[in-house]
Amino acid sequence: MTQPPFHQPHDIAATDSTVLVGSGLHLSYESVVVAENLNVEIPRGKLTMIIGPNGCGKSTMLKALARMLKPAQGTVLLDGDDIHRSPTKAIAQRLGLLPQSPLAPEGITVADLVSRGRYPYQKLLRQWSRDDEMIVNEAMTATGVLQFSQRSVDELSGGERQRVWLAMVLAQRTPTLLLDEPTTYLDLAHQLDVLRLCERVKRTREMTVVVVIHELNLAIRHADHLIVMKSGEIQAVGAPDEVVTEELIEHTFGLPCRIVTDPESGKPMVIPRMVADDSDQPPIAEEEPRAVSPAG
Amino acid sequence: MSNLSSPILQLSFLGTIRLRVVRRSLLVVTLIVLATAALFVVQLLTGTFPIAVSRVWATLTGHGTAVEEFVVYTLRLPRALTAVLAGAALGGSGAVYQSVTRNPLGSPDIIGFTYGASFGAVLSIVVLGSSDVAVTISALAGGLGVALLVYLLSMRGGVQGYRLILVGIGISSVLAALVSYLLLKANIIDAQEAYVWLTGSLNGSTWSDVWIGLVGLAVLGPVLVGLGPGLRLAEMGDQAALGLGVHVGRNRLCALGFGAALCAIAVVCAGPITFISLAAPQIARRLTGTPTVRVIPSMAVGALLLLGSDALAQKLFPQSQLPVGITTLALGGGYLAWLIAREGRSRIG
Repeated sequence: MTQPPFHQPHDIAATDSTVLVGSGLHLSYESVVVAENLNVEIPRGKLTMIIGPNGCGKSTMLKALARMLKPAQGTVLLDGDDIHRSPTKAIAQRLGLLPQSPLAPEGITVADLVSRGRYPYQKLLRQWSRDDEMIVNEAMTATGVLQFSQRSVDELSGGERQRVWLAMVLAQRTPTLLLDEPTTYLDLAHQLDVLRLCERVKRTREMTVVVVIHELNLAIRHADHLIVMKSGEIQAVGAPDEVVTEELIEHTFGLPCRIVTDPESGKPMVIPRMVADDSDQPPIAEEEPRAVSPAG
Repeated sequence: MSNLSSPILQLSFLGTIRLRVVRRSLLVVTLIVLATAALFVVQLLTGTFPIAVSRVWATLTGHGTAVEEFVVYTLRLPRALTAVLAGAALGGSGAVYQSVTRNPLGSPDIIGFTYGASFGAVLSIVVLGSSDVAVTISALAGGLGVALLVYLLSMRGGVQGYRLILVGIGISSVLAALVSYLLLKANIIDAQEAYVWLTGSLNGSTWSDVWIGLVGLAVLGPVLVGLGPGLRLAEMGDQAALGLGVHVGRNRLCALGFGAALCAIAVVCAGPITFISLAAPQIARRLTGTPTVRVIPSMAVGALLLLGSDALAQKLFPQSQLPVGITTLALGGGYLAWLIAREGRSRIG
């Protein structure tokens, strides 16, 4: 049995410019409301980054888009199909997710972990094929982890481990990939490593990649499309050089700043203003009352 | 990104490794099954009334004397078969529970199932003065009731492994206190009967125990094996597993329910035997060299462990009819201490 090298976009919306559409989403954890009547669109074939202060609901929104969290109201459509009503294994062939802090089983090898990305394609009678093997190898090559494929994941550094997890979701061969804070806990060089990898898979595999990220300037520099959130609402949407303004950043993050042009990329760059230390004031200008730990 | 030198070579390399892992598991399981079979034969031959191999064979093919028939058919065969079946059931249910809780301590005996069964049985013996069947039924009701209670108490937007274990330990302590209280209140004969039941014993195994074990294992074993791949993925975290298309919640509920049922089968056959469901999955995991616990090797190791424990109890103290539960308890205490010490070290280090 052979498989097309990359998953073809679903027929219904093959020409649509959006892959994922969330409409009228009410998102909450038990009694804590994170967002009400949220509408979001993810453009096809682009690297979209979602930014916003802690607790703004960006990770929660990503979870709803990835069917991890069932919205109290509203729908999420993937190429026109409601992801909360479609068979989850079929969705897993079209939509990949890397959560914030996945756990590697003790002593598992890199190759073994990456091959778990093939689970959505395995059936009772079709367990493991030559194609699976090739795809797993290709994913490890693309992320540069092939040379330690037989090492235990526990032994690797944070940056290497993150690339192993990326290899696992790439082995899933989905046209769309959602990454929840893939750069957190990494140093700058490894953060760039991850983002360049995102750019490369987007370009070479015509994938749609969505990244929730905290590093403002990295997001502006690497994203094709920005979604700026605050308090469970979307503040701005569009190409970084069009949406990033001093007013938007100050309003969203409570951070007085200047916008200059990044001499390397020509993109806008956020420079926080120097402010006199006023110890009577709380350290953060606006604390979100709704902010509760699960919302990233 | 640096190593693009020889993808073809690497590819066959990966295939070989996968094959090697599968082969090692297969080899280990085969060896354990062979060892179990050998011990099984030894158990049929030896005892206070030794029988030669040829005579056992003659008896099994219907040419034995009345005494031989009695010893082989009524005493030894059901006892050894019950040990194998109950051991396999305990190993399998332990594997499933440890996988769900992501913790080597998360076995049904720690989580409270065994204490629930004990409480049900002792209550029935001491307070109601019940018969064997009623004791079995109340043990089952106690075990499953506690499993359900622990499950409900630890559920809060999905079941978390740690909460399940902590709630289970808490409830176990309460039940242990209640069992002690009932034993103190009981008259000496009831207390003795309850005590034998509590330690778990294969001394009185009958063919009905064998049939219960066989049917239970034949029905529930394949179900648990089928749940295995999904459970293994859920060990990476619920979200990672959901992203790969696993029905995490449904899978976990099935695993806990069917796992409890399989443990219940073992308790019905042999009483609340501790240690097997705790140790078998971890021993099997180390022998097969796999990163996660697996159902089939755990069953094989469980069968060998219980048969071995029973043989040990019989051979070391031939006069006293020592209940097998004492052997497993002694072995289990040491193992548990070692496991906790090791866990603590790896947490700190």
